[in-house]
Amino acid sequence: MTAPILASATPAPALSAQSLSAPSLSDVLIIGGGIMGSAAAFFLRQRGLSVTLLESDLVGRQASGTNFGNVRRQGRPLYQLPLANRAMAIWRNTPALLGTDVEYLQRGHMRVCYRDRPDTAASMEAYAADAARFDLDLEMLSGNALRARFPFLGPEVLAASLSAQDGHANPRLAGPAFARAAQRRGAIIHENCRAIHAGKSGDDFTVTAADGREFRAPTLLITAGAWAKQFVEGFGETVPLTSRGPNMCVTEPLPYAIGPSVGVATPETLESVYFRQVARGNLVIGGSLQNQTFPDAYRVYVKPDNTLGQWQQMQRLIPAVARLNIIRTWSGIESYLPDSQPVMGPSGSVSGLFYAFGFSGAGFQVGPGVGETMAELIATGRTDIDLSHYAIGRFADVR
Amino acid sequence: MAEPAIVIIGAGPAGVRAAQALADAGIRPIVIDEGRRSGGQIYRRQPDGFTRSHATLYGTEAERARALHTCFDGLEGRVDYRPETLVWHISDGQVWTLGPDGHQSIPYDALILCTGATDRLMPVRGWHRAGTYSLGGSQIALKAQACAIGSQVVFLGSGPLLYLVAAQYVKAGAHVAAVLDTAPFAARIPALPKLLAQPAALWNGVLLTRTIKRAGVPILHGVTPLDITGGEEGSGAPDGAGVDTGPAARDGRSSSRAGTVDTGAVSGVTVRTADGGERHFACDAIAMGHHLRPETQLADLARCAFAFDPAVRQWLPVRDPDGRASVPGVYLAGDGARILGARSAEASGRLAALAALTDLGFPVASVDLASLRRDVATYVRFASGLAQAFPWPVEQAAALPDDAIVCRCESITAGELRATVTDTGAQEANRAKAFSRVGMGRCQGRYCGLAAAEVIAAAAAIPVERVGRLRSAAPVKPISAGSAGKAGA
Amino acid sequence: MTARFVRLAETDRPALTLHVDGAPVTALAGDTLMVALLTSGATLRQSEFGDGPRAGFCLMAACQDCWVWTEEGTKLRACSTLAESGQRIVTTEPDTTWPNQQ
Repeated sequence: MTAPILASATPAPALSAQSLSAPSLSDVLIIGGGIMGSAAAFFLRQRGLSVTLLESDLVGRQASGTNFGNVRRQGRPLYQLPLANRAMAIWRNTPALLGTDVEYLQRGHMRVCYRDRPDTAASMEAYAADAARFDLDLEMLSGNALRARFPFLGPEVLAASLSAQDGHANPRLAGPAFARAAQRRGAIIHENCRAIHAGKSGDDFTVTAADGREFRAPTLLITAGAWAKQFVEGFGETVPLTSRGPNMCVTEPLPYAIGPSVGVATPETLESVYFRQVARGNLVIGGSLQNQTFPDAYRVYVKPDNTLGQWQQMQRLIPAVARLNIIRTWSGIESYLPDSQPVMGPSGSVSGLFYAFGFSGAGFQVGPGVGETMAELIATGRTDIDLSHYAIGRFADVR
Repeated sequence: MAEPAIVIIGAGPAGVRAAQALADAGIRPIVIDEGRRSGGQIYRRQPDGFTRSHATLYGTEAERARALHTCFDGLEGRVDYRPETLVWHISDGQVWTLGPDGHQSIPYDALILCTGATDRLMPVRGWHRAGTYSLGGSQIALKAQACAIGSQVVFLGSGPLLYLVAAQYVKAGAHVAAVLDTAPFAARIPALPKLLAQPAALWNGVLLTRTIKRAGVPILHGVTPLDITGGEEGSGAPDGAGVDTGPAARDGRSSSRAGTVDTGAVSGVTVRTADGGERHFACDAIAMGHHLRPETQLADLARCAFAFDPAVRQWLPVRDPDGRASVPGVYLAGDGARILGARSAEASGRLAALAALTDLGFPVASVDLASLRRDVATYVRFASGLAQAFPWPVEQAAALPDDAIVCRCESITAGELRATVTDTGAQEANRAKAFSRVGMGRCQGRYCGLAAAEVIAAAAAIPVERVGRLRSAAPVKPISAGSAGKAGA
Repeated sequence: MTARFVRLAETDRPALTLHVDGAPVTALAGDTLMVALLTSGATLRQSEFGDGPRAGFCLMAACQDCWVWTEEGTKLRACSTLAESGQRIVTTEPDTTWPNQQ
């Protein structure tokens, strides 16, 4: 069916308005419309498969829409860099691919360490040497060279690792843009459609929504983030999935001066703050302690002491922030796994069932790459991306 | 038993009367207020060193203002009063404040929110221009600073405040160029029975109009605002022809008008009159507004439930007749809960305090409660009459030109907002905000949120209640990151 | 520049002097910064997004339209800050925003 096109003269219906004419049967059924599910739907359509995506709320509104917006490869495990590189190629092509601007700025990503953790500088250097083998070029900076280029950094900053090819984008726009692009290519997307049960009988999966609607497909992809666990367990597998909410805020707009997104490399969660400046001038700030989530209510409440702790840490990283006004805080619901790596790939026990969730606060950048990889895996049965680190089976013994 | 910790936020009419009721019951409440001095906005006190009388400042309400000020001054020592202190967050039974001594968190057993109101605004093309002020702001300039907002002021909008502030300006000697009311005069007739619930207030309204007219100020009813024009009239015009003459000036957002230099500041306003003609009024300042809206951010952060009130087309925190919110231990009073005016605020403030006392096990006379509830019911009837007589001009939102700014903070136009509805299917307020940035700026949608909802509803052809309401986020007003102090300090 | 606000009364208060964009400005004790600036000039700041000058809107610390700067870069909300003798106010973002103040 023909979906609304950007800048059409007639009002487009909300995404869910297609429900009445939706077929209940498709090649692939996706539960969860974050950036993972939305990008997967887009690339599955690109490969010619019919897709129905069920989103319990609005597409891209939780982890995908409330995260910091880092489009960074730097800092990821080396084995994840091929996936991150695949994603980066898509990010660079988003205006053409999606027909809209998701405010992707390739202005670099910089990790810095403090003087009281010189060992971190050493490990950043080691990482830089290794990452070069994966086409991730990192420039190590310290002393006058660092301060000349980035005069806003605080005196505690010892050294930095700059990835000029990384950047940042607007998370409020990216996930929904993939969903709309998928819809334009023929994917059926149901918002406000909460899947309450998923099962398999014969060759088909059947998913029942809270309003009684039923959907069938021979292939099922679970990209439900923090809400994935119930489906996984329904298929007899185990995953120790938890959720937390990022600690986010934004300043008022300021003269544009800061290119890269900048974050502190540290083993201490409290210290691990980061910031970026959007093209309109606001500083987006994230990191430090996270917030408790209420997934059943789709709410997270920002804890005031987390906010204040973050602002204290930010002044170590960029002292000028002390004078800046914070105009808003927010959070969302992110899914976490104990080893901070996602579950991504086929189910260990049910054929035709696939997973991509639990990205542990680091899913935004890889999202488009995850979508393309899952589409490839589903459509062709294989992918060159090494998924062995993300197998659901690694939790089989966890009780 | 230990004395319960009761926190009152706001020291206007509701907060002061709540504090009085608690102090009379032997409790020492904490009263937190952003203002330098108690009184709130409507009974705002002028700074030290100013000498105008209560009668000059508050007119017919002078005695009420005096009584309220005297009441709160008399509570000194019996309340823990914290002026110049912002409550920026409420979380897990504590209010988080930033005051002269920095940040503090204060646990409460009962929380009485008396957060007051701000102006309700319907954007007009050009309302972002320097020289445009809210009606309430125009009144504060006069009341608290003895200033007029300009040398030639147009009052534009609707509601009782339009006439009150215009009359106050006239009396104070300001030059008022016109009073332009979007409400048709005929709308008052069917509202009369309800307005008669407060005959004195109704009569005051008549007197205000008489004051304005006697000064020779034109009052137009049923106007449709079209454009707030900009430029320094006459300046830089070689031929000296600089005065706007109506429609021809209207596409002049910039330098297209001969003989004027557009400084971006207000030079006048063009309206369509009730008979279909167009008129331009030259001025250097515009006071605009359509009645008031409650400040409900803190109720939202306290996780109170909200419900849509079709009479005022706003989402308001749910409360019982005594002010109990949906969250146990949270109470709502005054215009911060619902716009019923200062007199009602005094009653509902006291009522909320008595409700809190009742819930905490203190004896409260039922006769007192019954009388206060009757008072509030009268104001409810009067307020519904005002809403009928001075309707919120919904049709203006639908007719707002695409190039008119809706969100002043982020400079987002009606066209940009509509595009999120038509191109991306965003029909929910927070969704449209996420895509368009409308309501995302410094004021968090206080001044554009209600109008933006109407623009969205019109563009999507859905009822405005389906657009929903903007979720509140801490900090409810901007605060500096440095206010948190330094790490390890 | 022509003044925007017009004083109608209470003009017997003691005068004080502050500096706005480097030039001395006379105000009266009890003035807010907003009144001090707008009885001596017409605007408070420029919109960040190119739609011209702003001069405040609500005067009750709610709309956040009237923030100005000290020369050192500290932000002050003009409607809720009292004018004081010796203040040095600027109406454009000072250059001190980003460099690290050692």
